[in-house]
Amino acid sequence: MSLLDIRDVTLKFGGVTAVNALSLSVEEGQVFALVGPNGAGKSTVFNLISRFYTPFGGSIRFDGTDLLALPSHRVPSLGIARTFQNIELFHQATVLQNLLVGRHRHRRAGMVENILFTPRVREEERAHRAAVEEVIDFLDLQPYRDQRIAGLPYGVRKVVELGRALASKPRLLLLDEPASGLSVEETQNMRWWIDDIRRQMGITVLMVEHDMGLVAKVCDRVLALDGGRMIAIGTPAEVQSHPDVIAAYLGTGAISKTADAKGARR
Amino acid sequence: MRFHFKTSYDTDIDLFPDWGKRGLYLALLALAAGLPFLINDFYLGEATNVLIWAVAGLGLMLLTGQTGQVSLGHSAFMALGCYTCVLLMEAGAPFVVAFVLAGLITGVVGAAIAVPALRLHGVYLAIATLALAILADDLIVLLAPWTGGVNGKYAPAVTILGLQFNRWSNPAAWYWLALVVVVLVTWAYRNILRTPLGRSFAAVRDSEISAQAMGVDVARTKTMAFGLSCAITGLGGALMGLFSEVFNNETFGFLISIQLVMMIVVGGLGFIHGAFLGAIVISFLPQLLSIVTDTLGRGVAIPGLESAVFGGLLILFILFEPMGLYGRWLKIRVWLELFPFARKDMFRRQKSYLKTERLR
Repeated sequence: MSLLDIRDVTLKFGGVTAVNALSLSVEEGQVFALVGPNGAGKSTVFNLISRFYTPFGGSIRFDGTDLLALPSHRVPSLGIARTFQNIELFHQATVLQNLLVGRHRHRRAGMVENILFTPRVREEERAHRAAVEEVIDFLDLQPYRDQRIAGLPYGVRKVVELGRALASKPRLLLLDEPASGLSVEETQNMRWWIDDIRRQMGITVLMVEHDMGLVAKVCDRVLALDGGRMIAIGTPAEVQSHPDVIAAYLGTGAISKTADAKGARR
Repeated sequence: MRFHFKTSYDTDIDLFPDWGKRGLYLALLALAAGLPFLINDFYLGEATNVLIWAVAGLGLMLLTGQTGQVSLGHSAFMALGCYTCVLLMEAGAPFVVAFVLAGLITGVVGAAIAVPALRLHGVYLAIATLALAILADDLIVLLAPWTGGVNGKYAPAVTILGLQFNRWSNPAAWYWLALVVVVLVTWAYRNILRTPLGRSFAAVRDSEISAQAMGVDVARTKTMAFGLSCAITGLGGALMGLFSEVFNNETFGFLISIQLVMMIVVGGLGFIHGAFLGAIVISFLPQLLSIVTDTLGRGVAIPGLESAVFGGLLILFILFEPMGLYGRWLKIRVWLELFPFARKDMFRRQKSYLKTERLR
């Protein structure tokens, strides 16, 4: 059975159908990409999985659990972590504190124990810290450990957000445009990290990405969306050469007409 | 500048990073404990007042500074804490029991009120809580059989294990009582900050949407923050009522809420030190004003001067030093540490990147 199974999901905002009867399934250990032009509904799919939105119909199951029966703050406890398209970090906190929030689902002690800071809380804190340090080592965040997010450059924030998601030790990682706004070197790093996340950590990745170069290098399976509908699915090469995908990205007719017009003028 | 060579995670987990810091705060505590031997009874009373305001301020700081929720209704919770404590004492409960129970009851009531109130954001929450403060005033009058209404109530004598606490006959004991409460509350506050609880508060403050995506139950966290905040403020209210010995509905009028907000903004939002600095300003500003009017105005009292100065101060701080007195001190400290290499624009606020407002 697949790890994430979305069946026949539809979501409308007023008259706009953001996601239209979409079905997809992500197998354990895959790196799966959602591609499509702006407004195709890619981020909406993520927000559906995170339970920020409730679909009109269909089902979303994670490892057999019905996600639609859970409120959004229970989703991470199943082992689903995510990043956001426009970085959503805790600005007034340090990198370390941000990553520690990623450990939230692993906390055990209750409110009163926290207030009294019992030995058990200290024990837990040490464990959280050790887990976070692993992530810091993995992503080379040591120089920024005690810096506040508000003063960090964009590229680093992007990595911190990835780190916060990894700190929760997820089974499924949702990456919303991990390479957007990154330089060529940073995109390279991101590519290797995604590879390592899958190989070393055994985490399944579902990502939205516009950079087809990155998608082609790290993904096993790609699903192309347009207007909330699936238009193609397959390996990166298959999807890239699919006529509907080319049409969705470049348009039909119009482009050849301008080409013709240019030719005519020449 | 001091660099910490960290050899264990406990360095970050402990309350103080090194013995220098620990020593500094121990010295401060020793100074605070020895204060009754250093100053006269009048100023000792003022110092007790500062500590009591600090307790109430720490309560609001937890909600506004740490969790980012505004409340203009905290005078209501001070009143609740005070009346609960006094009524329990009149019913025969020993002071310590009544005091702790007053905090707990205020916390529970606060959390119950938070459930509907925290669906509101920002200015709407401020308005709703302001209504609460005004409502509390009326409720105290309406419940005159228990609360004494506008005639007020005399606080019963505070005794712990046969030891009498009276602000006139032994002001030092009262001062120490307030000091013990302040230290315990500050310790609990620090514990909250260094645990997942405090981090979830900060997460809710900075980005509700990603807090949720990390598994933080936003509604529950806000309710806990509101409850804890009200409990602490309730303790402050109980101390304030007992210390003033006689109190009525006007003791906890909504202007007290405004003063609390002013206190934490002027002191420095989000800092424990801020609550204390704010408390000092709140307690000594009226004295300072009366000294100034005595010397300049030859003793002619100007009605409303205090409120005007408080209001003006609040506006000036929001405009020119949003991080408050403690934020200013941090900047001075960095300037001194880096001297002569501090740059003028080091603390210029950076324009932050686009934040998603679509998801709320």
